[in-house]
Amino acid sequence: MNNILEVNQVVKQYGDYTALNHVSLSVPKGSIYGLLGPNGAGKTSLIRIINQITMPDSGEVILDGEKLNPTHIQMIGYMPEERGLYKTMKVGEQCLYLAQLKGLSKQEAKNQLKYWFEKLEIEGWWNKKIQELSKGMAQKVQFIVTVLHKPKLLILDEPFSGFDPVNANLIKDEIMELNKQGTSIIFSTHRMESVEEMCDYIALIHKSNKLIEGKLTDVKKQYRTNTYEVGVLSSNVEGLMYDLTQKFTLSQTDFKSLNDELKLDINLGDATPNELLNVLTQRGQVTHFVEKIPSVNDIFIKTVSEK
Amino acid sequence: MSKTTLIIKREFFAKVRNKSFIVMTFLSPLLFVGIAVFVGYLSTMKAEKKTIAVHDESGFFFNEFKNTDEYHYLDASKIDLSVLKDSIIKESYEGLLAIPKNDGSEKWQSKIEYISNDSPSVTFIEDIEDIINQKLTAQNYIQNHLDTLAITKSKSDVSIHLQKATGEEALKGLNEIKIAIGGAFGYLIMMFIVIYGNMVMRSVIEEKVSRIIEVIISSVKPFQLMMGKIIGTSLAGILQFLIWAFLGITAMFILSSVFGVQMGSTSGVQSQQAIEVAKDTMNSNMQMYIKELWNLPIATIIISFIIYFIGGYFLYSSFYAAIGAAVDNETDSQQFLLPIIMPLILGVYIGFFTVINNPHGTIATVFSMIPLTSPIVMLMRIPFGVPAWQIIVSMILLFATFFLVVWFASKIYRVGILMYGKKPTWKEMIKWMKY
Repeated sequence: MNNILEVNQVVKQYGDYTALNHVSLSVPKGSIYGLLGPNGAGKTSLIRIINQITMPDSGEVILDGEKLNPTHIQMIGYMPEERGLYKTMKVGEQCLYLAQLKGLSKQEAKNQLKYWFEKLEIEGWWNKKIQELSKGMAQKVQFIVTVLHKPKLLILDEPFSGFDPVNANLIKDEIMELNKQGTSIIFSTHRMESVEEMCDYIALIHKSNKLIEGKLTDVKKQYRTNTYEVGVLSSNVEGLMYDLTQKFTLSQTDFKSLNDELKLDINLGDATPNELLNVLTQRGQVTHFVEKIPSVNDIFIKTVSEK
Repeated sequence: MSKTTLIIKREFFAKVRNKSFIVMTFLSPLLFVGIAVFVGYLSTMKAEKKTIAVHDESGFFFNEFKNTDEYHYLDASKIDLSVLKDSIIKESYEGLLAIPKNDGSEKWQSKIEYISNDSPSVTFIEDIEDIINQKLTAQNYIQNHLDTLAITKSKSDVSIHLQKATGEEALKGLNEIKIAIGGAFGYLIMMFIVIYGNMVMRSVIEEKVSRIIEVIISSVKPFQLMMGKIIGTSLAGILQFLIWAFLGITAMFILSSVFGVQMGSTSGVQSQQAIEVAKDTMNSNMQMYIKELWNLPIATIIISFIIYFIGGYFLYSSFYAAIGAAVDNETDSQQFLLPIIMPLILGVYIGFFTVINNPHGTIATVFSMIPLTSPIVMLMRIPFGVPAWQIIVSMILLFATFFLVVWFASKIYRVGILMYGKKPTWKEMIKWMKY
């Protein structure tokens, strides 16, 4: 079994409103999986089904080779988008309580807490109440609570909202480390930078339907346009332009450089990069030659606006 | 430890450790006693003495008016009536009683007047009428040559002796005691339902507002959370009740020992004989009352109190939990709370107005069966003796309704806790049950 999670043809309706329309996903073991979609696409509905907060109307969810059942609760660590803690409860007590609800024994929970409190350097907070902490501090506690029971699958809904950049980085590093140790991670977000940086698989959900799914590189290949960003120094610009327009589609572009060169986006169509290079080198000095890889953001906007 | 136990524990300690719980538990009995003492003190304060001028033309009646703590009678027969009337207007006297000379005519009686700026109390007027009537009656006896001694002798004073069919002695005023006991328990249940039901609701709202709810229900079922919350809160309530009971009993012991000493010391001052007589009559009466109290179905009352408390509290708490889940803050909850509090108030009213007059009448019986009012009404009826089958049917109905309501409430709860930002309507809440 190579997938930690498989979602098969899941349908969820609230009254007349369809939140999920036959959605299927496969999350490979050990991956960082980005679940993308605009607000209201159905991400949270799907995540709630995986967490057994709600039941699907039809379809099934398979976690680690087994049909979803109550014992799976312990295998999942979930940080919801709408998250918080008991404000008047002490940090230590609260963490112990939530860990025990996840099925840890009190002793195990204490050991784990000690480890994490030391790691994130918050040992002094044990007897503080949440309301005495800042929002960022509370988020750290929230993160600990999510990972305390060593879940096999970590589901993070908009994990970085509420963190300042320093703490966001800290948490990001922790997430990456957990991933290295074998934890599979599902990221639900509409913030594309973090997806680009961290995810190796993505799925795009829009208006209750899954539109795209796959390895990030594969998806990008699928959406590549064979366009190259080119910088060229030439004494005969007109001649060069003439040659290029014969074979390729051009458009002006801009990027940062130290020279005052001609900057172009060139769509190759069916041609190969070498053919382009041949034309360019005949007429001038190539200073810049990069394939324009579509960003997740581009793909996201393109797919969402197409449908 | 099971997850529900964990939740119960947390809810219990969250309530019990709360400062307001500690303050309420120890301060409210003090407040209660304080208010009782204050009211008692107010009632012992002597009212201002009122002077009543009596203008008794014949002088025949005046000696019959004995001064009391409240009224002082002044013989104003020599003063002219019009002067007296003026002084009433100037408020020198509280009132003027004018009794003209008895001329034997039939209209004479209606010429007796009481003049005052204030309207006199009914008892005061009745007292005056009694005094005049008695004096006149006695005079009439003599005028008609009746033997007053014989008349006094022939007067009878019946006091009906109450007895139950079983042959046990019964006492007058027992109904009042019974309704007082039943009422106290019924009222206690209502108070607990309102106070602790509100606590459940607030605790649900708190979890919504602090946004911890989704973290928790990814670990436990919403139903477990709801039940854990209801049970944990009820345990806190029971603890509070036990503390009060303990404090009450301790206070009783202290009071009785203090007063016991006082009684002994005063007895030497007063005539020993009178005390003995008073003690004897009081004792025999008191013993009767105490015996009667012991004859009340105490075991049934206490056991039913516990069962009805649990059933009633659970039933209403499920409502409260569902409402808490549906709203975002306490102010929004008001419109949903009214229909819940109405049956409770209805129960108390029926208890105090219907049960006392006719504890086994149709209305009392029906409302002691309806689950929303049965915990209160039935508890008020039980001291009067209710057939066992009625209690059992009413309990079965109560618990059956509880399970039904808890099922519906958990559906509303499940959907409601994840809904933010809009104030739901009744219609929407019914729709949630189908999700």
